[in-house]
Amino acid sequence: MSINPFSLEGKTVLVTGASSGIGRETAIRVSQMGGTVVVVGRNRGRLEDTFAALEGTDRVHRQVVCDQTNEEDLERLIDGIPQLDGVVQCAGTSVLFPFQFSTREKYDRVFEVNFFSTVELLRLLYKKKKISNGGSVVLIASVGGTTVFDTGNGVYGASKAALVSTMKFCAKEFAKKRIRVNAIAPGRVHTPLIESGTMTDEQIRMDEAKYPLGRYGEPADVAHGVIYLLSDAAAWVTGAMLVIDGGLSI
Amino acid sequence: MTIDQFVENFADLFDNGGEINAQTPFKELSEWNSLMALSVIAMVDEEYDVSIKGIDVQNAVTVEDLFNAVKGKL
Repeated sequence: MSINPFSLEGKTVLVTGASSGIGRETAIRVSQMGGTVVVVGRNRGRLEDTFAALEGTDRVHRQVVCDQTNEEDLERLIDGIPQLDGVVQCAGTSVLFPFQFSTREKYDRVFEVNFFSTVELLRLLYKKKKISNGGSVVLIASVGGTTVFDTGNGVYGASKAALVSTMKFCAKEFAKKRIRVNAIAPGRVHTPLIESGTMTDEQIRMDEAKYPLGRYGEPADVAHGVIYLLSDAAAWVTGAMLVIDGGLSI
Repeated sequence: MTIDQFVENFADLFDNGGEINAQTPFKELSEWNSLMALSVIAMVDEEYDVSIKGIDVQNAVTVEDLFNAVKGKL
């Protein structure tokens, strides 16, 4: 047994959204901390890249190509995975629309990925007893919609706020099995998600200057928080939203 | 897609858009700000089903410049 309280040795962890960004980095870091990883993502090629970067050849990592918004894909995923000690849900999408242009269609599209498909996977995992007693669930939320309310970010923010609310309800309900449920609320992190081009480079530089620690986050900044919440170091932590934002929301 | 219709849709984003025409250097308008820049991108998405980027708005000086940027992506 490791004396490192952050070790993930002996734990099997499912990571969604693992084809890129925070999910990819989390999967790799979990493997570096001794965990066995099941990586899930939509893009087969990029998921294979993540899979190839996992460390620990003595462990049986797995990869599952899955569009979480597709019911059949979800069922296939649930049926094929081993018993889990950790679940990290990183799949997400983003849009920037002022409120007057935030139509029902925009809300539906963002909520489908950020909220409904995330919540449905968690529901199925719990109902089918795929999460071991004493396990840990980590949902990637955002400071956007929970502590920071930037212009044009309302649709995304509302989906993440809904996710944080659900996280707390699950934390209470799952506690009887000692399954912990927490969220991480990152500020803006350098990932493909934020490089859509809606903001100009100049706007991004001005936005980045608002961060007290002087920069946007890197995927590893968030992955380290995930490792803490997955590990036994966080054994008494549930229902928490861990803000990792370079000080933005101070 | 006509320039007149585009100018009308553009002007509609402003409270005081009555004076706006194709040659207006729109970033000099008192109502112009970062929310307006996002609104222009959203209006183009809604009305023309075209995704323009922040850089397209940044590079445009007049409303007609924007019209041409949108037209180029139709």
